[in-house]
Amino acid sequence: MFSYTVKRLLTVIPVLLGMSLVVFFMIRAIPGNPAQVILGQKATKEAVEALTHKLGLDQPWYVQYIKYLGGLLKGDLGESLRTGVAVSQEIWPYLAATLELSLAAMFIAVVIGVNAGIISAWFQNSWFDYVAMVLALVGVSMPIFWLGLMEQWIFAINLDWFPTSGREDVRNPIEPITHLYVIDTLMQGHTDQFVQTLQHLVLPSVALATIPMAIIARMTRSSMLEVMKSDYIRTARAKGLSMFWVVYKHSLKNAIIPVLTVIGLQMGLLLGGAILTETIFSWPGIGRYIYEAIGYRDYPVIQSGILIVAMIFIFINLIVDLLYAAIDPRIKYN
Amino acid sequence: MKKKWLLTMLTFLLVAATALAGCGKSEQTGGEKTEETDKPTTLVYGRGGDSVGLDPATVTDGESFKVTKNIFDTLLDYNDGDTSIQPALAEKWEVSPDGLTYTFTLRKGVKFHDGTDFNAEAVVFNFERWANGNADTFPYYGSMFGGYKNDEGHVIKEVKALDEHTVQFVLKRPQAPFLKNLAMVPFAIASPEAVKKYGDKFGENPVGTGPFVFKEWKRNERIVLEKNKEYWLEGHPKLDKLIFVSIPDNSARLNALLKGEIDIMEDLNPSDLAQVEGNKDFQVFKRPSMNVGYVGLTVTRGPLGNKLVRQALNHAVDKQAIIDAFYAGQAQPAKNPLPPSIPGYNDAIQDYPYDLEKAKQLLAEAGYPNGFEMELWAMPVPRPYMPDGQKVAEALQASFAKIGVKAKIVTYEWATYLDKVAKGEADAFLLGWTGDNGDADNFLYALLDKDSIGSNNYTYYANDELHNILIEAQTVSDENKRNELYKKAQEIIKEDAPWIPLVHSTPLLAGKANIEGFNPHPTGTDKFTKVQFK
Repeated sequence: MFSYTVKRLLTVIPVLLGMSLVVFFMIRAIPGNPAQVILGQKATKEAVEALTHKLGLDQPWYVQYIKYLGGLLKGDLGESLRTGVAVSQEIWPYLAATLELSLAAMFIAVVIGVNAGIISAWFQNSWFDYVAMVLALVGVSMPIFWLGLMEQWIFAINLDWFPTSGREDVRNPIEPITHLYVIDTLMQGHTDQFVQTLQHLVLPSVALATIPMAIIARMTRSSMLEVMKSDYIRTARAKGLSMFWVVYKHSLKNAIIPVLTVIGLQMGLLLGGAILTETIFSWPGIGRYIYEAIGYRDYPVIQSGILIVAMIFIFINLIVDLLYAAIDPRIKYN
Repeated sequence: MKKKWLLTMLTFLLVAATALAGCGKSEQTGGEKTEETDKPTTLVYGRGGDSVGLDPATVTDGESFKVTKNIFDTLLDYNDGDTSIQPALAEKWEVSPDGLTYTFTLRKGVKFHDGTDFNAEAVVFNFERWANGNADTFPYYGSMFGGYKNDEGHVIKEVKALDEHTVQFVLKRPQAPFLKNLAMVPFAIASPEAVKKYGDKFGENPVGTGPFVFKEWKRNERIVLEKNKEYWLEGHPKLDKLIFVSIPDNSARLNALLKGEIDIMEDLNPSDLAQVEGNKDFQVFKRPSMNVGYVGLTVTRGPLGNKLVRQALNHAVDKQAIIDAFYAGQAQPAKNPLPPSIPGYNDAIQDYPYDLEKAKQLLAEAGYPNGFEMELWAMPVPRPYMPDGQKVAEALQASFAKIGVKAKIVTYEWATYLDKVAKGEADAFLLGWTGDNGDADNFLYALLDKDSIGSNNYTYYANDELHNILIEAQTVSDENKRNELYKKAQEIIKEDAPWIPLVHSTPLLAGKANIEGFNPHPTGTDKFTKVQFK
């Protein structure tokens, strides 16, 4: 187990290196000079040339790449071309915002998705099963953009339950400590702000959770159906064990393995796919950070942002693999 | 047993949801109550993007200027509704008859936010700082004043402090728009002490003399400004706090306004106009138009090199129909590259009427009786002068098809789009321009002179006669003579038809009904000194 973990961690290095190379070249392949974009449509030619030179963008690509790698080894993610602030310094608040949003979304997706899947499987072909699976189908095919605006319209404006956008009330701002506001507000003992934070989380995380929730529900259902056909479950039911016991103690343990894979994958997709949600709900997260950086051709931000998201993705997959072993002792890593 | 478990689960979810929702409601109504008893003093302004930096001299983007306009003052300012000049930090000024010496009397008793005095030395310090820079550090300075200290074209010979409150500018040659340039946000006067103290970080710690004091900046989220209690304009500003928040999506921003999370929003989609106008809790603000949206016809590409072809395309566009369909009527048809609000506008010019027969005839004359094929580039992002590039392009495509010109719509991501258009890779393309200082030079020379090819003259149109006129107009200080030159320039442009000027749009903003004193300025940067809640 330990050696497996170490081995898995070592494979991360070439993956990240390859990743950095691909990203480095891809963003330079798209047309658009960062200096021109930063200075705007009205800048003079001289200004653009001067800035290009200052940013070192007139150097050959390999010089730029080696400098970038050298910086990475020293933990230097570069400076944002647009703002001149070190990426390592400004990235955490964005990352924290996305983590908070993704974790909330994942929580909703897993709790509702897994349970809906279980209930659908247990009451196969019941009305609940049909309704849940139709909803899941709708959920998968719903554009987040549209869903987000609809949520705002119904739950924020008409019902007046939740705020439409942002992470906090700008008139009553939160003093960040860790930048995970759920934790920060609790640490400061500001219950009103804690509630406010949760309220801000509801609509965007539901929007973000919709697709993974639907996928998890369908996966859980089919996986449960498979397991429930097996002999040992029939035995358990014949012994007169309660439904709760049979489902959550006997079936779920075996059914959950493929679901875990899906959850792991979805968590990674959530990080990358948060861009639309973050735009609609003006959530100041990493997705929007990278997206705006692409608009400005802010190379260091794009490179480092994607690299960090990739690292998190790899890390989550590692956790999922390790969880397999914890849940099912038959899985061995040698 | 089964049912009981299900029931427990559902009840739990329901309770959790209503608890959260309930909290929201009570808090919201609580907030409204206080608003009823005493009027709010914090204004939240919702916009599409964040600022790049808060040292106005170092940036070129409008989002930065919107904020710095309220932190800093300039020597002169524009009038409330137009770009004529009024006093600001300079109370009065004198111009020598030869147009070479400008003497300004400065306002007394003004202090920077850090407590230091505003005086003639501070003005000299700022101008010295910019003149010693370069195109990279202070981009606007060079383009408005003809370069930097040792450049040949640099207009300002000298800036001297005659006494504590008198400052004199000596120019090398007359510059007609000199006063208008001084009123531009990039030339706002910063605290010399703060500039020395913060150095490169001044853009994150701006200190000026303006109505609001910089308080906090959370990038991509908000910028918070607080009232300058010692502002020189007696009894102003009215607000205690001014917060700029970024909400990128126009529809989401409208939702935030309707919910009361923000007080004013910019860039209201014309299609949402009716929704706001029909709601008594809100009002619509119309920004006076100082822009142009146009179709550029790149003169170096195929049939578009032929003047008759370009004139034919001009005849094939029904501008009013486009305005009715995509601008909710909030625009006027453009016949010149200049908007009518700018001195020098030539109203005598006759636009090419919408006339398909005439268009076909011109095409035949040019040797394309059966039309031709070309690309029509559509902007991927909404702009004040072009709310929906894709739809406008589709309408144009349909119009052109009627005279046999098959236009294929092409689009790229915004930065790529500008890059490729600047390189002359587009046949016909949609674009626009918002004026900086209300001067004709800022439109005609910047967009259509041969000197501007490679920067903002995207059609690669070059006409020597036009060039001579525009250069002459830059140095003439007689306002009337200047306007005559610009009128002539517009005639030449009309005849050569490198553009199809489409519209001068009226950018829309929406806000709460109880806001007063907010008059959107044509330059797109607003000062909130006089704004308050009723």
